Amino acid sequence: MSIQAQPIPQRPSAEPLPPPTERFTVLGWLYKNLFNTWYNALLTVVMVMLIALAVRAVGEWALNVARWEVITANLRLFAVGQYPITALWRAWACVVVLWALAGLSLGLWSRRAYGSIALLLAFPFVLGILAQDETTRWALLGAAAAAAAGFLLGQLRQRWLRRLALAGWVAYFPLVIVLIAGLGSEAPLLPSVPTNLWGGLLLTLLLTVVGIVFSFPLGVLLALGRRSKLPILSALSVIYIEVIRGVPFVTVLFMAQLMLPLFLPGVTIDRVVRAMAGVVLFSAAYLAENVRGGLQAIPRGQYEAAYALGFKPWQTTLLIILPQALKAVIPILVGQFIALFKDTSLVVIVGLLDLMGIAKTVLAQPDFLGLQAEVYAFVALVYGVFSFLMSALSQRLEQRLNTAR
Amino acid sequence: MTQAPQANENDPIIICRDVHKWYGHFHALRGINMEVQRGEVVVIFGPSGSGKSTFIRTINRLEEHQRGQIIVDGIELTHDVRNIERIRAETGMVFQQFNLFPHLTVLENITLAPIWVRGWKRDQAEEVAMQLLKRVGIPEQAHKYPGQLSGGQQQRVAIARALAMQPKIMLFDEPTSALDPEMIKEVLDVMIELAESGMTMIVVTHEMGFARAVADTMYFFDKGQIVESGTPEQIFEDPREERTRLFISQILSH
Repeated sequence: MSIQAQPIPQRPSAEPLPPPTERFTVLGWLYKNLFNTWYNALLTVVMVMLIALAVRAVGEWALNVARWEVITANLRLFAVGQYPITALWRAWACVVVLWALAGLSLGLWSRRAYGSIALLLAFPFVLGILAQDETTRWALLGAAAAAAAGFLLGQLRQRWLRRLALAGWVAYFPLVIVLIAGLGSEAPLLPSVPTNLWGGLLLTLLLTVVGIVFSFPLGVLLALGRRSKLPILSALSVIYIEVIRGVPFVTVLFMAQLMLPLFLPGVTIDRVVRAMAGVVLFSAAYLAENVRGGLQAIPRGQYEAAYALGFKPWQTTLLIILPQALKAVIPILVGQFIALFKDTSLVVIVGLLDLMGIAKTVLAQPDFLGLQAEVYAFVALVYGVFSFLMSALSQRLEQRLNTAR
Repeated sequence: MTQAPQANENDPIIICRDVHKWYGHFHALRGINMEVQRGEVVVIFGPSGSGKSTFIRTINRLEEHQRGQIIVDGIELTHDVRNIERIRAETGMVFQQFNLFPHLTVLENITLAPIWVRGWKRDQAEEVAMQLLKRVGIPEQAHKYPGQLSGGQQQRVAIARALAMQPKIMLFDEPTSALDPEMIKEVLDVMIELAESGMTMIVVTHEMGFARAVADTMYFFDKGQIVESGTPEQIFEDPREERTRLFISQILSH
């Protein structure tokens, strides 16, 4: 074998060099990330042991000790509270439509969203297979089928389908309200279901969605009002925001329960609606301050450019300032909405049976006394899943709206 | 198209008489008198803090003047909001920091005002926008966002955005001051082409090559006053005031 000298290139070649590549090996990764110094190695070993112990203990409890029948026996209570069985299909309809819309939207707007769609299909499918109850099984399988159909339809990527999907999302909220609340006590198809029968996860989600949908525009208006040059408008906004922020949520809930009937004599307002009002009024004040933060981050030049082009102030706000301000505060707003979702559990105090309230009533059942661990672990799991979903969705939205790159 | 007393074609398009402006106790503009004819290209230069930017911004009322008179295309600038909006629609402005709308694509940046302020159809506005993008040399960037463009490209989009309103007057407030040296030329080339097309322009700039090439009149500002004005030949070759001579020698020598 002869050794030949490599020719030395006279000039650097015009071709750009590819970046140096690092080969991925498991051992290499472990060394670099977990065992690169003696104290990191020690830390790794200790942590692995602790985690193993914890997982073993929890697994032991979850698989051998825990009496999960407290959950399975009360699944319907957790889901919808006392909502009548004859009207249960209406809650299921909400779920099926939601899955169809989600599938359609994923098909229309997401590229390479196979993970998301797989999750969307697998979740109801697996639960449907596991379900004991006929209605539940078919509703869940129906949701999976609806999502699949929506996704396939979305592959057409037609303009009118996009319009349909957007209209669907806008119409979804009123649809849910109509389905759940009903059309009146005499209505043949959708008789009213009194709100004192609403409960469980259904009530928690309704409180959250109503809170978000109504506090968002109210909060934006308050933020704009606070920055307004009109002294009365800005003073009123400041007073509202500061009063609400100076008071605990529980107080606002009580005030909504007790004061609303006083302010509106002659009108009987439903208890759940009063709680929703409390949630909206409370959330709007915080939202206003978050949005105001976003508004303040917009440089003066944006206003000047808009005015120089002849935009009126309301056009400037609506077309140029608000879109940028809201985009900037998406992470904060989502954080606030997640907090709102969990804070709705405080409606227990005014006597409503949301997910947390149901958990308390289940624990009072004579058959299942002393099963706090099981019940609260389950409730925590439900809250955790929904919070995670909201957070994941917001990250999607942020990536999609990122125009700087 | 307006019912207001339309100015005669031969009258100056901009008339400023004894314009004053204070920031608190600071006297920023101290009696500016200026007349700009249709199609005239005016270059304003002077040391920083001399009131050049403040002055140019009073013409479309981004700054309010507190004494004197400003008449743009026959309309006097007063507190009347309708007059202000009319003048702003007739007056394009290009800023030092571009001030493009970062949440909109280049095309949307240009079409937004024609659609909302002028009431054009989207198709018409987009057609005009594409023509303007060709004119400033970057039609291929139409669907990008401002954050993806270089400074020079952003400033050319800003010029196209102002031109889309089909203004009678273009105001440039230090349009090349925030640009890297190699990008200044691409913006100046667009401005020179615009000047040669007969646009009325007021340009605050220190680009003396540009001034020499296309300016009809140059104004030297210092301490809120016009120290001297004249054609580029007069200003460069034979300035009357020592302050002008000194300032020009400073900015030409570096």
